[in-house]
Amino acid sequence: MLSSQIKSNEIIFGICNKVLLEEIIYYGIGLGADFVEIFIENTDNSSVLAEEDFITSVSPSFGRGAGIRIFKDNKDGFVSTNDLTKNGLMRSVSQAIEMLDITDNKKREVFNGLDKHRDYSLYKKNWINEVPSIHEISEKLLVSTKSLKKNNKVTTRKGSYSRNLQEVIIASSDGTYVSDIRLHQTVGLNVIASDAQYRSSGSRRFGSSGMPNELRLWDHEKAANDVFESSMNMLYADYVDAGQMPVVLANKFGGVIFHEACGHLLETTQIERGTTPFENKLNEKIAHESVTAIDEGISEGSFGSLSVDDEGMEPEKSVLIKDGILKKFISDRAGELRTGHKRTGSGRRQNYSFAAASRMRNTYIAKGEHSKEDLINSISDGLYCKSMGGGSVGATGQFNFAVEEGYLIKNGKLTNPVKGATLIGEAKEVMPKISMCGNDLELAPGFCGSISGSVNVTVGQPHIKVDSITVGGR
Amino acid sequence: MNSREITTQICEAADSLNLKKWDYGASFSNDYSVQVDKGEAKQLKASQKQILTIRVWNESNLVGITTTSDISESGIKKALNQANIASDFGNKNERTEFSPLAKDPIEVKDSKKRNPVGIKKLLTLLREAEVKLLESHESIKSVPYNGLSESFYERVYANSDGAFRSYTKSQAALYLYARAEERDKKPRSSGSVKLGYGVDDIDIESCIKDASNKTISHLNYSSIKTGKYLICFSPESFLTIINAFSSMFNARSILDGISLSNKNSIGEKLSTEALNIYDDGLHEKNISSSPFDGEGTPTKRLCLINKGRLENFIHSESTARIFKTIPTGHAGLGSKVSVSPDWIVVEKSEEFSDLKVSLDHSTYNGEFVYIEELNAIHAGVRASQGSFSLPFDGWLYKNGKKISIESATVAGDIKYLLKNIVNIESNQEVTTSGISPHIWVDELSITGDA
Repeated sequence: MLSSQIKSNEIIFGICNKVLLEEIIYYGIGLGADFVEIFIENTDNSSVLAEEDFITSVSPSFGRGAGIRIFKDNKDGFVSTNDLTKNGLMRSVSQAIEMLDITDNKKREVFNGLDKHRDYSLYKKNWINEVPSIHEISEKLLVSTKSLKKNNKVTTRKGSYSRNLQEVIIASSDGTYVSDIRLHQTVGLNVIASDAQYRSSGSRRFGSSGMPNELRLWDHEKAANDVFESSMNMLYADYVDAGQMPVVLANKFGGVIFHEACGHLLETTQIERGTTPFENKLNEKIAHESVTAIDEGISEGSFGSLSVDDEGMEPEKSVLIKDGILKKFISDRAGELRTGHKRTGSGRRQNYSFAAASRMRNTYIAKGEHSKEDLINSISDGLYCKSMGGGSVGATGQFNFAVEEGYLIKNGKLTNPVKGATLIGEAKEVMPKISMCGNDLELAPGFCGSISGSVNVTVGQPHIKVDSITVGGR
Repeated sequence: MNSREITTQICEAADSLNLKKWDYGASFSNDYSVQVDKGEAKQLKASQKQILTIRVWNESNLVGITTTSDISESGIKKALNQANIASDFGNKNERTEFSPLAKDPIEVKDSKKRNPVGIKKLLTLLREAEVKLLESHESIKSVPYNGLSESFYERVYANSDGAFRSYTKSQAALYLYARAEERDKKPRSSGSVKLGYGVDDIDIESCIKDASNKTISHLNYSSIKTGKYLICFSPESFLTIINAFSSMFNARSILDGISLSNKNSIGEKLSTEALNIYDDGLHEKNISSSPFDGEGTPTKRLCLINKGRLENFIHSESTARIFKTIPTGHAGLGSKVSVSPDWIVVEKSEEFSDLKVSLDHSTYNGEFVYIEELNAIHAGVRASQGSFSLPFDGWLYKNGKKISIESATVAGDIKYLLKNIVNIESNQEVTTSGISPHIWVDELSITGDA
């Protein structure tokens, strides 16, 4: 029997579910929906934690569920369930229809059945057998935490690993019928150092998407050295004096500021809410001419890359800002419907229990022509932010970021380490002040929490110089 | 399947796999929520969720765990199998056992469970609330963050030793965050959150009023000079700080080396004798109260700071055993059992007050900064180091007048903050995360734009 002819009363991964999915969609359209989308996932995750010289936690988890979204005019109703039977899915469709108060089923949209199955999972089915085993990863973590024990000031050492394997089926009434398997692996090291009343901490994280063997190549010794040095440099650091000053932000995770402060404001979700100052600025200058910024989901192995987004569209490379001019917004299906900005393959969600929303993928400022030294030499009195902590952006576009590892710049040279610094500002005001971009673009993995949950992303940039920003301190 | 049937199913599956010792925690929920945009429904959501966490002890008494959303017969068997495999990696240095209190009687209050009002009513109420908030002031142009939700859930704990606990609850939440704009000024945003057992228990009018008043009150703002200020923390902001540094009271954090306290810190003087802090998960005002924790230990009121001195730590089963005490009802079931506070209650101890000043934020005429709400906690708090640097919404009070502060951060050290409490006002206020009076602290650093 051909797989497409299999008729089941339940979604089963690994076979063709076309007949059942079409039935569900026909049902929704028949009840008067403009659009029906079904997102089904099956997950197989595990995580390992090493503390000091022991494995203290191994945590597997698995699950499955479906998210069903119905659109009627500009509204959408979303229902999630763990019940993947035909009855369960039909019930979810009915619930969404009822929530939207759709009573007029005369003006029916046309559903011509699902297109040919686009299966992005074909070469990925063996990934689960190729990733490092728990034994292998445990040994690697223990070697890593041992590497962190370089002197008696290191009081806490941790290494962590997580592996998420997500199998998805996406089908919708525009004919989309897609399957994919996503693999994300991440490993991190954390250290706390202390000496009498002095305390410092350091952390580094590495991550990849796809590439089941990638973590075997992770240079844990280099990572351990980085984390150790960072914590030692900051152990006796003085608190930074607050004030306005020029800063140089390091490459890699320094890009978190662009992600939080500007990237989120370029998501169509923000246009829908009326919370972005850039809503009517398309093709206008919003940043210094040295700034070109990109969001894409196609860099091989990068943490924010994907073969297909959670709405079944292949991701594109979106140039958001070109030489300081705003060129594009990051858009999903609802964003296109409500704001008119074309989808960019950016409809993303943490899992089946969230409706997809416009979200960043690999987001970075493009490289410029300067060396890191050019940037530092251009400052007589400022701050070098070597490692950034977390940050956030408020409803009015104001952001703040903790500096994990910072150094004062005096007369063009790096001098004393300083702690307690926070960078505060607004994207609209700071973007025109990014006056120099280095030639050393690098990316770093991270997790971004927003309206559709926590998703894997990459942030990045070369070293950049901001002419003036508020630095919070003591 | 109901929770009794699931327990029977797990019991039978464990028997068939020859697994003698196990426990599980489960949560089953139905949630409904709505969001609106300028009078129109924007997104309507319903979700049915089930999460099951199973622990298995192997023959060497090492624990393995698995979490799943699949509670079918095959899902439960697979979870038990995976947990059994994971037990090979169980922590040999810190054993985990059942809580010795997992079968003790629990204080079951009236759960005040409400019936669902349904999506249509949620939508109608939120639409009306949005309209009223937009009409409350001409500067309020939108309510970009809004939502009304109701949840109905059951939590369960059971183990192979015969413990079985279950409770069902309902909870509703309303949040309204308005955005105000005036010509030649930066947009301002503020809001309010209200919780209730059901939608009909939520004071919607007061949520609208709070959101409107807060937003409008910040329209005329001014920058503040960087410097050291006398600070008055609102009840909400003080509770935010205490929760952010709750690792000070957390035995798990102490064992992990990420707490400012150590095993010998009990009795240490942290603050003025006027300060008492309790964790009181069963407090009648705590809408989210749970009668037992993830290990089945009954929830109880626990004094954390008594007359300025550290009195108790919060514990799970294993940390309590290591500290030679009993579990306190603060465990979260996981591969590594977490420990966290439930609901913080801050009180003024009248008995031995060493406070030298008496300040009241509503009458004091001197200069001070009033911190209404702290933001970006996850970014600006270094709990393991004791330091914080946080943006806030607040006012500068000067000569009896108050001016909204444009943009600023407050920075300091939690131990310094607690030591420098100069006044605790008498009246407590109930917030969504606990209860506290206004707290005054001298000489904290503020960074402003001026």
